[in-house]
Amino acid sequence: MLNFIARRILATVPVLAIVAVLVFLLLRLTPGDPAAILAGDAASADQIARIRISLGLDQPIIVQFGIWIGHLVTGDLGESFYYKIQVADLIAQRLEPTLSLATLTILFSVLVSVPLGVIAAWRFGGWFDRALMGFSVMGFSIPVFVLAYILIWIVSLKLGWLPVQGYKRVADGFWPYLQHLILPSITLSVIFIALIARVTRASVLESLGEDYIRTARAKGLRESQVLIRHALANAAVPIVTVIGIGIALLIGGVVVTESVYAIPGLGRLTVDAVLARDFPTIQGVILFFSLVYVGVNLLVDLSYVFLDPRIRY
Amino acid sequence: MSASPSRASELETLSVEAAGLRVTESAWQRVRKNWSVRIGGAALALLLLIAVSAPWLGTVDPTLFDAASRDLVPGQRGEITTLDGEIIKHKFWFGSDSYGRDIYSRVMYGARVSLTVAVLAALLSLAFGIVCGLSAGYLRWLDGILMRFMDGLMAIPAILIAIALVAMWRGSLPTVIIAIAIPEIPRVTRLVRSLVLSIREEPYVEAAVALGTPTWKIMFGHILPNTIAPLVVQGTYICAAAILVEAILSFLGVGLPPDIPTWGNIMAEGRPQFNQYPHNIFIPGVFLAITVLAVNILGDGLRDTLDPKMAKRV
Repeated sequence: MLNFIARRILATVPVLAIVAVLVFLLLRLTPGDPAAILAGDAASADQIARIRISLGLDQPIIVQFGIWIGHLVTGDLGESFYYKIQVADLIAQRLEPTLSLATLTILFSVLVSVPLGVIAAWRFGGWFDRALMGFSVMGFSIPVFVLAYILIWIVSLKLGWLPVQGYKRVADGFWPYLQHLILPSITLSVIFIALIARVTRASVLESLGEDYIRTARAKGLRESQVLIRHALANAAVPIVTVIGIGIALLIGGVVVTESVYAIPGLGRLTVDAVLARDFPTIQGVILFFSLVYVGVNLLVDLSYVFLDPRIRY
Repeated sequence: MSASPSRASELETLSVEAAGLRVTESAWQRVRKNWSVRIGGAALALLLLIAVSAPWLGTVDPTLFDAASRDLVPGQRGEITTLDGEIIKHKFWFGSDSYGRDIYSRVMYGARVSLTVAVLAALLSLAFGIVCGLSAGYLRWLDGILMRFMDGLMAIPAILIAIALVAMWRGSLPTVIIAIAIPEIPRVTRLVRSLVLSIREEPYVEAAVALGTPTWKIMFGHILPNTIAPLVVQGTYICAAAILVEAILSFLGVGLPPDIPTWGNIMAEGRPQFNQYPHNIFIPGVFLAITVLAVNILGDGLRDTLDPKMAKRV
């Protein structure tokens, strides 16, 4: 077991290494002098020269990569020339809104989509099933920012129930904090619900065809018990897997949602950095999001052992 | 998990193969009879017609600024002064934006960008994915390193790759298409590789190897034709994703330059005035959603008819 966990953690090293190479190459593929790009348009010749020395830009590219990786593992992502602070600090500052939004979205999506998927599988081919599948295709098709504006228009502008935009920290009180997160979370949830409900349905449908379900019914278990304890429990692995894969979708959605709702999180930071061509920040944010994605999927893989005792490594 | 559904689909594939020459014919017939394909295809055909015939649909120059007709609501009548100084009467079906440009014209022309980006990004990622997937699946020495590279590329969320690439290259039609296609390559590669790995064990490939057929000829002549059905399905889904990502890039202000009429750009320009003029965002938004929906419905129909194995999985 420990052996498996250790091996699985080690397996993420090459993936992260490739990500680092790609992010490193991103800057080298940009036309122009990397030092000048990193320093920004307003930099003096002196600043550019300092960056050139600190990154070893006069050395061969392999050495440059070594220096860059050396900075990375010590948590040094460089300095944002737009915000004039360390990128690592910048990311830490912007973490709370994004983390809140993502957590709330995942919680809400799972609580809604898993029951929907189970019911659809239970009533396979019925009106509920077809309605859910129809919703799922629509959920995949409606752009997240269009949905955001529809919700803002109805809920905030017409009904006046929730604030239009902005963000309040938890420290400013829990209700204002939650109030500002409800619409963004619902917006982000729709595609996630579509995805998880679809996989839950397919996975539960498969386990409902198994012999142990017939046995469970034959011994007189209540239908709810059959569905939850037997069908859903055996369908858990694909559901958890798709949540892990869906994190990539969520990160993409966060970039757009934070921008529409004016939430000062990492997604908003990404867009602002790109608009300002703030390369140290762009690199830092991509590395951070990729690390989160790889980390979550590592946890998902490790969770298989607990979800399905049949899996032995 | 049980083996029964996969075994059933294997049997199904075997029986389809046993039918021999009629395979392609019956697949095409099944596709044509499928209602998802019909509805999605019809909607897309209509959009394609709009895109091609945009200049003749009662539109004016979509980039024309007209100070006199700013911020009109849908249906309002007005006059437009062209660059030649000619004054034409025009009904603003979808209203106008804060520069006085006709939103109806911009939306009609915007269909061109969305469909172009969708098709070219899908073809580009399919082409690269096919080459990489065939190589990884057939050339064992390349497999490990190529697939680790693809794993790394897949670990970066697609939108971030696209945003970062457009940020460094600056937005233009070719850079936007390439930036959208790159994150899709790993998925195509994985699909092609897994197909190759199963097909290369087939007797007809063994026979070709035994006859001394060159490797490239086996790859492109024997293996590739058998990957077409799943690739068509995958390509359709890439089109849907590409349309969405292009709109997101434009909307965030990092995609195509603002003067080019794209649905994302129209929405981006409508943002500051959303309170008073929500139609600036809703009208292109509806077109965008319907287009993506049509592509997705078409994709589901193709998947159900062309690729029964995949249809069972999702």
